[in-house]
Amino acid sequence: MAIIKGKVFVYGDDINTDVIFPGKYTYTVTDPDEIAQHAMEDEDPTFVKEVVAGDIIIAGKNFGCGSSREQAAFCFKYLNMGAIIAESYARIYYRNCINAGLPALEIKNLVARVKRGDIVEIDTEAGTVLLPNGDTISFPPLPPEVDQIMKEGGLTNYIKAKLSQ
Amino acid sequence: MGQTFVEKIFSKRAGRAVVPGTILTVKPDYVLTHDNSAAIYKTFTGMGATKVFDKNQPLIVLDHIVPASSEKAAINHKTVREFVADQQLPHFYDGGRGICHQVVVEEGFARPGSLIVGSDSHTTTYGALGAFSTGIGRSEAAGIWALGEIWLKVPESMKIVLNGIPKKHILSKDVLLHIAGKIKADGALYRSIEFSGSYIENLSFEQRLTLTNMAIELGAKNGYIAPDEKVFSYLEERGVARDAYEALYPDSDAEYAEVVEIDVATIEYEVAAPHTVDNVKNASTLKDISVNQVLIGTCTNGRIEDLRQAAEILADKKVAHGTRLLILPASNEVYLQAMDEGLLKIFIKAGALVLNSGCGPCLGAHQGVMAPGEVTVSTANRNFKGRMGCNTADIYLASPYVAAATAVVGRIATPDDLEG
Ligand code: SF4
Repeated sequence: MAIIKGKVFVYGDDINTDVIFPGKYTYTVTDPDEIAQHAMEDEDPTFVKEVVAGDIIIAGKNFGCGSSREQAAFCFKYLNMGAIIAESYARIYYRNCINAGLPALEIKNLVARVKRGDIVEIDTEAGTVLLPNGDTISFPPLPPEVDQIMKEGGLTNYIKAKLSQ
Repeated sequence: MGQTFVEKIFSKRAGRAVVPGTILTVKPDYVLTHDNSAAIYKTFTGMGATKVFDKNQPLIVLDHIVPASSEKAAINHKTVREFVADQQLPHFYDGGRGICHQVVVEEGFARPGSLIVGSDSHTTTYGALGAFSTGIGRSEAAGIWALGEIWLKVPESMKIVLNGIPKKHILSKDVLLHIAGKIKADGALYRSIEFSGSYIENLSFEQRLTLTNMAIELGAKNGYIAPDEKVFSYLEERGVARDAYEALYPDSDAEYAEVVEIDVATIEYEVAAPHTVDNVKNASTLKDISVNQVLIGTCTNGRIEDLRQAAEILADKKVAHGTRLLILPASNEVYLQAMDEGLLKIFIKAGALVLNSGCGPCLGAHQGVMAPGEVTVSTANRNFKGRMGCNTADIYLASPYVAAATAVVGRIATPDDLEG
């Protein structure tokens, strides 16, 4: 899965996990499809109606701050989104994305260069992002420990593979 | 070159000198989980695991929705109890013992030099005892149950130096909120914070816990306070001998990504206004805000010292008409002590509702859920939209003194407003 191509949803700084996946559902909504349907509920109510597989979120600083609840990362995975690109992440959220097998890239100053609905293309092998205006931005490769988990499609598969060795 | 605390503890665990940015696989001493243990168990089995790798690692505390508020929550708890019995896990605390972070401290699991991870973001709390502790995701907790290990990245370190003597009634909660207003919610993103300075040295053990509890609200990976006699004697009273751990301290020539110095004498009563922890305002500028509900408790400010401070304000007073006061002791030990000291009597006479120890209204799942348009002043650590179950309600965060004074006045108030 070297190429990820999709339309973008653009958000600002400090998008917290309570607006991505409200805390009140943490212990009551457990079905993956249902979890997906609440994605971004308190930030962007039209998000789930517009999102399709492969779409990409582009956001500012400190994306996913707040609670450690994994549903806030998994809800995007369950929607089969392509990737998240943020200026920076809250660290637990970043880990949760890796564990979900959801590509989470850290690239600065992208928010101002795209608008909702633009098509963006990510080449994970080459480490590049192609913007609608033709600009290409490079990003560094993942550390090997993390890359291994991503390659297995998330932590569950990674551990499954390790346990069956 | 000298090492910071976090570089030191990771070097010790790795058996080689590590620098910020190094990723290493470690065996944590403990992995904390709570009501989410049922979901983690599902992931654990999904990973193909059948036996917990090291039975001593899991610490499981039911606290988030206790007692169960619905059939679903009850089934959730039942699953956890069955899993614990099935795997014969020794460190399990059923609903009512208290909030997980308080229980981990009271039970003596958190020690200087410990490495603890938890599937709860406020796991940073144990840094007040000189431990390295940080939050992880649920799948990662399942991964540790299965394999006993986890990858961690050595973070950069940041020093927050607090000197000076605070004004009367100014608590570490005010100090932390002041820092949040200053450096913002991402001011310590991915960093290890070391709190130091003469203020910290003189600070009570309980108020130190409030600082490390909220280190995550500054974006930090962990918070650390150099353990001293206050910590050692606390642990000793709990049956943890002084030779049962090795305290680690940063070197004096360690390098920090940033050093922030604050004179605490300049800090006033601070309040975090909706809807972020760093939207900090001086309490005196919020005196027109009418308040429907006040919550005193949680893992941030639900310890005995916090309750004593609240009681000091509430003694022989009544909660304002139109305002509700909820008291939430952080553990059953705190509850019992509050009872012995007569604090509960003060609260109940003032018109408060004393809840069982647990997370209660803090996460908006049950007990004290707010209605649209309502305002709560809370001593908890988060005021995000929807945090207390209603996304059109407002939450203000404050110290126990400010919260208690607010309950008496019915509008945001400070102890100074009740004097004279
Ligand atoms: S009291 Fe609140 S912040 Fe603390 S563990 Fe419980 S829900 Fe989390």
